[in-house]
Amino acid sequence: MSPTAEKVTRGDQAHFRLYRLPSPFQPRLEALGRTEDWYNWAGYKAPNTLWDEELEYFAIRSQAAAFDISPMTKYRIEGRDAEALMNKVTLRDVSKLKPGRVQYTAWCDDEGHVLDDGTLFRLSADRFRLCSQERHLPWLLDSAAGMDVTVEEETEAVAGLALQGPTSYAVLASAGFAGVERLKIFDLAEFPFGDGTVTISRTGFTGDLGYELFAPAGQALALWDLLFQAGRLHGLRAIGYRALNRARTEAGLIVANADFITSEHAVRADRLRQPDEIGLGFMVDLDKGHFNGRRAIAEARRKGSLKHVLVGLEIEGNIPAEHAIVYHNRKKEVGLVSAAIWSPMAKRNIAIADLARPYGEKIVDDLWVEIYALRELQYQKLMKRAKIVPRPFIKLDRRTANPPGEF
Amino acid sequence: MTSSDAPKWDVVVIGGGHNGLVAAAMLGKARRKVLLVEAADALGGAARTEEFHPGFRASSVAHLVNRLHPDVVKSLNLAAHGLKFETDEVLPSVALSKDGNPLLFGGAYGETLTGASDAEAAAWKTLRAQLFRYAGILKPFLARRPPDLRGMAFGEKSALGLAALSVRRLGKEDMRDFLRMLLMNVADVLDEHLEDERLRGLLAFDTVLGCHLGPRSPTSLLGLYYRLVGEIDGVAGAQAITKGGMGAVVAALATAAEKVGVTTRKATTVKRILVESGRAVGVELDTGETVHAKTIVSAINPRTTLIDLVGARELDTGIVRKAQHIRMHGDAAKLHLALDGMPAFKGLTADQHRARLVIAPSVDHVEKSFNPSKYGEFSPEPVMEITIPSLVDRYLAPSGAAVLSAVVQFAPYRLKEGWETGKPKLLAAIMATLEDHAPGIGGLVRHAELLTPADIEARYHMPGGHWHHGELQIDQMLVSRPFFGAEGYDTPVEGLFLAGAGSHPGGGISGAPGLNAARRVIEMRG
Repeated sequence: MSPTAEKVTRGDQAHFRLYRLPSPFQPRLEALGRTEDWYNWAGYKAPNTLWDEELEYFAIRSQAAAFDISPMTKYRIEGRDAEALMNKVTLRDVSKLKPGRVQYTAWCDDEGHVLDDGTLFRLSADRFRLCSQERHLPWLLDSAAGMDVTVEEETEAVAGLALQGPTSYAVLASAGFAGVERLKIFDLAEFPFGDGTVTISRTGFTGDLGYELFAPAGQALALWDLLFQAGRLHGLRAIGYRALNRARTEAGLIVANADFITSEHAVRADRLRQPDEIGLGFMVDLDKGHFNGRRAIAEARRKGSLKHVLVGLEIEGNIPAEHAIVYHNRKKEVGLVSAAIWSPMAKRNIAIADLARPYGEKIVDDLWVEIYALRELQYQKLMKRAKIVPRPFIKLDRRTANPPGEF
Repeated sequence: MTSSDAPKWDVVVIGGGHNGLVAAAMLGKARRKVLLVEAADALGGAARTEEFHPGFRASSVAHLVNRLHPDVVKSLNLAAHGLKFETDEVLPSVALSKDGNPLLFGGAYGETLTGASDAEAAAWKTLRAQLFRYAGILKPFLARRPPDLRGMAFGEKSALGLAALSVRRLGKEDMRDFLRMLLMNVADVLDEHLEDERLRGLLAFDTVLGCHLGPRSPTSLLGLYYRLVGEIDGVAGAQAITKGGMGAVVAALATAAEKVGVTTRKATTVKRILVESGRAVGVELDTGETVHAKTIVSAINPRTTLIDLVGARELDTGIVRKAQHIRMHGDAAKLHLALDGMPAFKGLTADQHRARLVIAPSVDHVEKSFNPSKYGEFSPEPVMEITIPSLVDRYLAPSGAAVLSAVVQFAPYRLKEGWETGKPKLLAAIMATLEDHAPGIGGLVRHAELLTPADIEARYHMPGGHWHHGELQIDQMLVSRPFFGAEGYDTPVEGLFLAGAGSHPGGGISGAPGLNAARRVIEMRG
């Protein structure tokens, strides 16, 4: 059979030729990406670094940094029962989330194992945006059984940009977004932009003063250009994931499939984690009514059957302990470091680690990490003392200051 | 809305079908204050005896007793409450034949075989013994609560151990054959042993009765084992038509329940199961009343219970998925004929008409009548199981008249053309088949009532019109019945128990799900 001129075959479509999808900001990122250091973020071509990891990190802490979050999975949840659906799916009490506010949240399967964490934006009384690491459309639709609500995936339709750092407010003010100064931490509002609007929230993944902007994908480049023009004198720089990863580690924030394995991806049964095992127990509201995993979480707490705990560690020396094994009494393996850096802000060697209870829970002393430092083709094994410390590792007043600093 | 302050009831049982009655009576016997709520005007669900035409009565869906659980009969002392079987003579079966050459399948599931060659009779004797031996191993599994995969109590472990032991006791060769045959299809097993098409057709029919399976469908043999674990008065494989129809079983159960103080409310529908903090605390009735109780036992369909009465909002999404995915599209219709006189089936003596009469002339015929149902069509040459209950109980029909009751396969719930136009066509096909076997029967028909799966669904609140409340196949058996997570009668909603045919072991008038559920309630101090 030969294809006719009118008939379009599957092979005629070009999408499969793209190994990685471009973000709506791709032309700008490509222009800045001198290091050509890309990675695959949920199917998108995303930068690890753009020009210099070290300086990109300091852009977050000393200037303003733009990080493309368009590859983040985004759902639009709308209808009379939108609140009921979000309350059923997520761990926190969504009835307490007022329109114009944002929750950092997580959600679980029937067994109380964490499917993902993310942010929930309440755009109006009956309209939400849920942002997450992974795709969850079937889960959300099935959770909506019997409810008057629509769930739509808008990952490709909506561009997202995180603007983080001490001068981030100044950038937005210079760009003409009047009223942004009224946004308190976890507030959101819509601002006129072009023919439509841009949603700006005072949120972020850095523990710093910062905002996240969401606009229709078609408006992405115009938004970028506006911000970069306004940010020229405020030191605005585009950054890649490596720099962000440093900042989030200092802020003590966890990343799905880096610090814990999401339950639909875990192949091994012992890799599944309940919220209490990854430091998200504070989200769980057992009194709000039914939600997915409630029974299993309550039962695990009652029976004391939780097996793991996520802790912040401060490690002696200055060698990052990334993926180091944690020992008790220098001998017994009790856990693994999932993220670690030398923190320029805290001036400490910090780490996030998963420990097997009772270590990290009842037994908190005499912990060690074994670091393999590769020095000119020779490993130097370092056994370093580790101390459990509270997260976040740094706390910046400017993150929550009102009004936000001008700098 | 009214609501009593202190719960007056320990247990509310939803649904007064036979399993609901068994559960209620067992819990009443265990000194629980039990309220039984039934939507219809009469108890019994699909085990009622109903008048389908003035002066003519028949057992509405189930019309043969062959698996009423001995523990139910004994624990509730049903004999003292008026339940009697004709034990002097076990009801035989007959494989009918168009050319007047029927095969008599006598005693408890073919103890005697009349009309077959000696070689065939000997082969059947061997196969029959083998099938009963293997059914005997499965019997404990089909009687008890399914094994708890999350951690077993000592009693459960020892029961499993005993079952394992009974497999070992078979001897090496027999054990190998048991395991080999477990998931086979019945047609292949019959090919290995038997030649008489009438006998093979009968066995094939019995195997797939009530299921969406053909004899050649993988695992179909399990259906035959399911039938063979049934017994009456300790006689495995026996069957009976009760005086008064199936309603007599219901009446005995109702009396037993009443004796132990169960209160019954008929013509009352439960609209909602009330759940607070993951725990069932009562029910809301269509009258607007709320009734509080410590324990809610639902003997109606599992999907209806969870999705409609509890509501998806109160359930984890995984549970909702599982409940909605229970396969329960019925594939059998029920026929009731009011006849002006006794029909005469070819080759049968007058007395032999009391038997269970089966039209399933060959394995191929059963398979071919199954085929259209896969594509949403009924069989133009349906296979069926016929009883003439008015011969056992003359009060079911006016003097001189007769009642014929038949289960007809295959009639898919989702008929492509729709049952409105399909029903008269199916009735015509059935009557044509009957006419071939009992010439002149058409002229005797005063009234015909055909219940398609759609009718059964509407009339008896059986979603899909499936009398097992969920297809009874390997993927929906044991720990997977109705689904994993609710297999042990207790459910993800604390204080809510399932007790209907949708739970293990399944349908048929056994009372086993109701019995096991009541035992589980007591075990969990509900």
